Amino acid sequence: MSNEQSMRRVTAIRNGTVIDHVPSGQALRVLEMLGIAGETSVPVSLVMNVPSKKLGSKDIIKVEDRELTQGELDRLALVAPDAHVAIIRAYVVAEKLSINLGDEVVNVVRCTFSNCITTNAREPQPHRLRVVSRDPLHLRCHYCGRPQDLDELVKNAL
Amino acid sequence: MTGLITMDDLTNEEILSILDDAERLLPVARGEMHLPLLQGRIMGNLFFEPSTRTRMSFETAMKRLGGGVVNLGDVKTSSVVKGETLFDTIQMVDGYTDIIAMRHPRQGAAQYAQDAARVPILNGGDGAGNHPTQTMLDLFTIRQAHGRLDGLKVVLAGDLRYGRTVHSLSHALTRFGCELIFASPSLLRMPAEIVSDLREHGSNVVETEDLYGCINDADVIYMTRIQKERFADEDEYARCAGAYKLHAKHLGDVKGDMIIMHPLPRVDEIDPSVDVTRHARYFEQAFNGVVARMALLCKLLGVPVPEDVASAGRVL
Repeated sequence: MSNEQSMRRVTAIRNGTVIDHVPSGQALRVLEMLGIAGETSVPVSLVMNVPSKKLGSKDIIKVEDRELTQGELDRLALVAPDAHVAIIRAYVVAEKLSINLGDEVVNVVRCTFSNCITTNAREPQPHRLRVVSRDPLHLRCHYCGRPQDLDELVKNAL
Repeated sequence: MTGLITMDDLTNEEILSILDDAERLLPVARGEMHLPLLQGRIMGNLFFEPSTRTRMSFETAMKRLGGGVVNLGDVKTSSVVKGETLFDTIQMVDGYTDIIAMRHPRQGAAQYAQDAARVPILNGGDGAGNHPTQTMLDLFTIRQAHGRLDGLKVVLAGDLRYGRTVHSLSHALTRFGCELIFASPSLLRMPAEIVSDLREHGSNVVETEDLYGCINDADVIYMTRIQKERFADEDEYARCAGAYKLHAKHLGDVKGDMIIMHPLPRVDEIDPSVDVTRHARYFEQAFNGVVARMALLCKLLGVPVPEDVASAGRVL
């Protein structure tokens, strides 16, 4: 099946964001990380486990009437660092956004360790996670040094 | 180097050099010699959690070197109880002092403080995280007894889950190629991420519940207290308390130069019968806290320790 056929499983959107090349089975995690899961007023379409030349299989997410912000792209980097993001305006790709996972993730998510100094919401310094490895993705808190569980981390988006 | 937050802040060469400095400072630590290397410097002692040995040895170390100390005092009567953030407290003390020694119940607090401070932070324990100054005095004690750090067989026993001293120490010993045996009740095993880190760094860690079965070929037995204050559940504590009680009668077949260490305070994990054996080193270890911290204070404040302390100082 061609990429075009995969995309056409759901209708083209007029305005919004298409997130393509999401690792297979990760679409729901991506939505949770972006805060789009559950109650949302915008239409969201997703296809999961469709064939992909690059990944073997992949998920695709279309969010209508909403353009991802830089903060949301930073969060996306933690669950789908190789995803392609396109902003759609009047049915055409108006902009392609790149996802950059640097050496450190700052003020994107909170450390998942319950006794970390950063759990005190009044402490003003930034939340910082170090990228220890990219594939597979391993993160550690800059302050307490604890490794981060990605499933828990999606619940700690800022 | 800014502060000392974890042992990763020091290279092996720096560790050995600081231990050499500490060795030379022994007469000063014992009060036999006056050597005011840190005269005019002030250390802030910020202990947000109870401490006897660490707080007192930091203070003694600073004063033996002629420096001054200001204390946070009881947390219950400080501005912390009014809701002051750690960030604000550090901003204030940073302006009053040249170096800060700190203990805090939250993990990561020392790094957080270092990021907020201009002066070096000496981590005196952060939650169940790191306690690198304790590690330095432990390494000093081991090297004093065995003349080396590399290739020793070290048994770490007791509360390995919550005991921050053993977390920092096991990382450091791995870097010196020591063989590590972790003896603990199953509920208090060394955290999996630490074991995994140590294995990644080449350590062939052995985990066991049988302390007595692994002491005869050990060079060091490092006992720890089961820390009641770290348990949320009384029943869980009761199941672990008194798991190990090292008694002189257990030491019949151990190596002659094996040493027994303990970060203190002890409850009943080392019977007083052990105190009079040649293996007991925990009281010397506590004293070594002063000399190791003296060397660290000099290092972080950029004050070299003279090669010939006897000529540089004045005999008391």
